[in-house]
Amino acid sequence: MSPMIFELNEGLAIAWRAIRANKIRAALTMLGIFIGITAVVLMSTAIKGIDNSFKNGISALGSDVLYVDKWSWFSNDEWWKMRNRRNIEMEDYRKFKELAKLPIAVAPVTNSRQTIKYDDKKVEGVFLTGSNADYVKTTNFTFEQGRFYSEIEGNASRNVAVIGSEISAKLFPRGDALDKTIKIGGTNFKIVGVLAEQGSVILGPFNPDNQVFIPIGTIFKNFISRHSQTVTLNVRAPNPNMVEETKAEAEGIMRKIRGLAYDEPNDFSINQQEGLQEQYDSFVGVIQIAGLFITGLSLFVGAIGIMNIMFVSVKERTKEIGLRKAIGAKRRTIMTQFLLESSVICLLGGLIGLIAALLLSLMLNQFFPTAIQYDVVIIAILISLVTGIVSGLAPAYTAAKMDPVDALRYE
Amino acid sequence: MNIINIDHIAKVYQVGSEEVHALRDVSLKIDKNEYVAIMGPSGSGKSTLMNMLGCLDTPTSGIYDFKGVSVSEMTDNELARIRNKEIGFVFQTFNLLARSDAVHNVELPLIYAGVASAERKERAKQVLVDVGLEDRMHHKPNELSGGQRQRVAIARALVSNPAIILADEPTGNLDSKTGEEIMGLFHEIHEKGNTIILVTHEEYIAEHALRIVRLKDGLVEKDENVEKRFLPKVKASIL
Repeated sequence: MSPMIFELNEGLAIAWRAIRANKIRAALTMLGIFIGITAVVLMSTAIKGIDNSFKNGISALGSDVLYVDKWSWFSNDEWWKMRNRRNIEMEDYRKFKELAKLPIAVAPVTNSRQTIKYDDKKVEGVFLTGSNADYVKTTNFTFEQGRFYSEIEGNASRNVAVIGSEISAKLFPRGDALDKTIKIGGTNFKIVGVLAEQGSVILGPFNPDNQVFIPIGTIFKNFISRHSQTVTLNVRAPNPNMVEETKAEAEGIMRKIRGLAYDEPNDFSINQQEGLQEQYDSFVGVIQIAGLFITGLSLFVGAIGIMNIMFVSVKERTKEIGLRKAIGAKRRTIMTQFLLESSVICLLGGLIGLIAALLLSLMLNQFFPTAIQYDVVIIAILISLVTGIVSGLAPAYTAAKMDPVDALRYE
Repeated sequence: MNIINIDHIAKVYQVGSEEVHALRDVSLKIDKNEYVAIMGPSGSGKSTLMNMLGCLDTPTSGIYDFKGVSVSEMTDNELARIRNKEIGFVFQTFNLLARSDAVHNVELPLIYAGVASAERKERAKQVLVDVGLEDRMHHKPNELSGGQRQRVAIARALVSNPAIILADEPTGNLDSKTGEEIMGLFHEIHEKGNTIILVTHEEYIAEHALRIVRLKDGLVEKDENVEKRFLPKVKASIL
C-alpha cells in the first residue's frame, strides 16, 4: 500500500479528533453549512414541485386546445380596447361549429361564481363552468365517479352537475357525492359525476379540482343573462401537430362570422396554453435564479465561516504542523490533512442539512407542492464537499507552506 | 565514512533591511556512533546549526553532505524524506500530540514513511518497551509525567532507526533528577551504537557527551573531546 493511503487515513483520524476536541466550535461551523444546504435543497424541491404542479395543470388544459375569446390572455392591447369588442354569443358558437372542419370538439364556455351547499356544508365563490357535452372532449379529464353530463342533458339544460375533486372532498368527506342533490346558488342540482384529482395548485380557481361543471343553458337560466357575458369557444385540434392549421381555420371562420372587412383587425383573440407556458417559464426562471442566488448566498456565508475557523485551527496548531513537518510530513500531507478537516465538517453539515431539508419538504408537501429529486441529493453532497475543499484551500495552503523552524518555535 | 560532513557553511537571514549572519563559517564532521554536544550562548548560532543538521533548513553557502548526499540543493519533499528516515528529533518541549496516546505519538514518523498499521504498532510498542514505558502505552501526554513525556518523544525519535538522534535541550523542561534519568537513557542509546547530537547550554549536560563543539558568534570556537566524562548515576531503563 502506498503512503498516500496511510496519510489519508491519518488525515481523517486527525480531522475527527480535531472536531471532537472542539465540539461546539465544529457544531457552530457546521450550522452555517447546514443552513446553506437546507435552503438550497428546500428551494430546489419547491421549484421542482411548482414546476410539476404547473405541468400537470397545463396538461389538464391540453396543449392542443385553442380558446377563442373576446379577451386576450396575454396582450399588449389596452384592456378597454378589448372591453369594447363585441361579445361572442351562442349564435356565433353555432355558426362556428357548423363551419369548422378541423376541430374534434368545439364547446361554448361561460362562467359564474356561486355558493354551493350540501346539508350544513357550503363552499363559497366556486368557479362554475357552463358548457355542453363536448366540453369534456376539449379536456383530459378523468373521473373518480360517474360521468360527464350527456348531450341530451346538456342541450335540455337539465339541473345536473359534475364536481371537481376538492369540492367533493369539502362537501362529501366520505366520498359519496354521486347522485346526491346539492344547492348551487339556491337551485337544486343532481351530481352525475365527480372528477378525479387533476392536481394543479398553480391554476388556483381555474384548477378543475375547485370547479363545478353544469350545462350552459342552465347557467343562463339561473345565474347570468344570456347576452350579458361573452362566451369562450374551446376548440380542440385533432392532434398537437395540427394546432396551427386549426388556429388559422378558426381565425378565418371567426372573421367571417363577425363580418370583418379585410382591413379590420380581429375583434377576438385566439389563446393557447403555449402562451401560459412561456409566461410561466419566464416567471419561474426569475424565481429560480433569484431563489438559488439567495440560498446560494447563505451557503457562501457558511463557507466563509468554515474558512475562518480553518484559519484559526491552522494558527492554533502551528506547533503541531512544525512537529509533523520535522518528522517527515510533506507539504502535500499537511495540505491534505487540513482539506480533509474542512471537508469532513462540510460533509457532516451538508448531510444533516440534506436530511433536514428532505424531512421539511415532506412536511411542506401537505400545503405546498414540493418534489424531491434524487439528483438533488447527490448534488447537495457534492456541493458540500466542494464547499469544504474550496473553503479549506487557503488555510490548508497557509499550513502547508509554513517553515518548520518558525512553526516549531511558535508559542 | 562520515555521516555528517559540513564544509564552510554560512547562513544569512534577512531581517528587514539588515543581514544577520547566524553562521559565518562552520566546518564539522561527525562519524557514526559519535556523541557530540553543541554548546554556545544564545546568539552563537547553535540553533541555526541544529536546524541545518536536522535538515529543517538549508545553508546560504557551503556544503552539507549527509551520508555522502548533498543536502544544500534538496527540495522540500526530499528534505522531508531525509528528516523522516534519517533524523530523530527530541525537543525541549517534547512536542507530543496532546490528543493521541503514546503508541500513536511514537508511530507518527512511520505513518509518513508508509509503514502498514500492524507493523507500525508493533514497532512503536517495542520502542516504548525499550525506553521503559511498557505500562504507559495508551496514556495520553497529560496523563504522563515530564520525564515520561520525554521518553515518549525519545521513542518517537528512535522508532524509524534514524542515522542520527538530534536532541535540542532535552532536559531543559525537567527537574535535575528526571533530567539525569533522561541523560542516562541517551547514554544507553549511544552504547547501542546510535549517533547522538545534543544541543545544550548547560556545561554539566554537555559533559555527558564524548565531544563538545563550542560555538561563538557563528564560528566554531573550540572542538574538543571530553576528558572527564560525566557518567549518569541513574540506571535509566532496561534498554
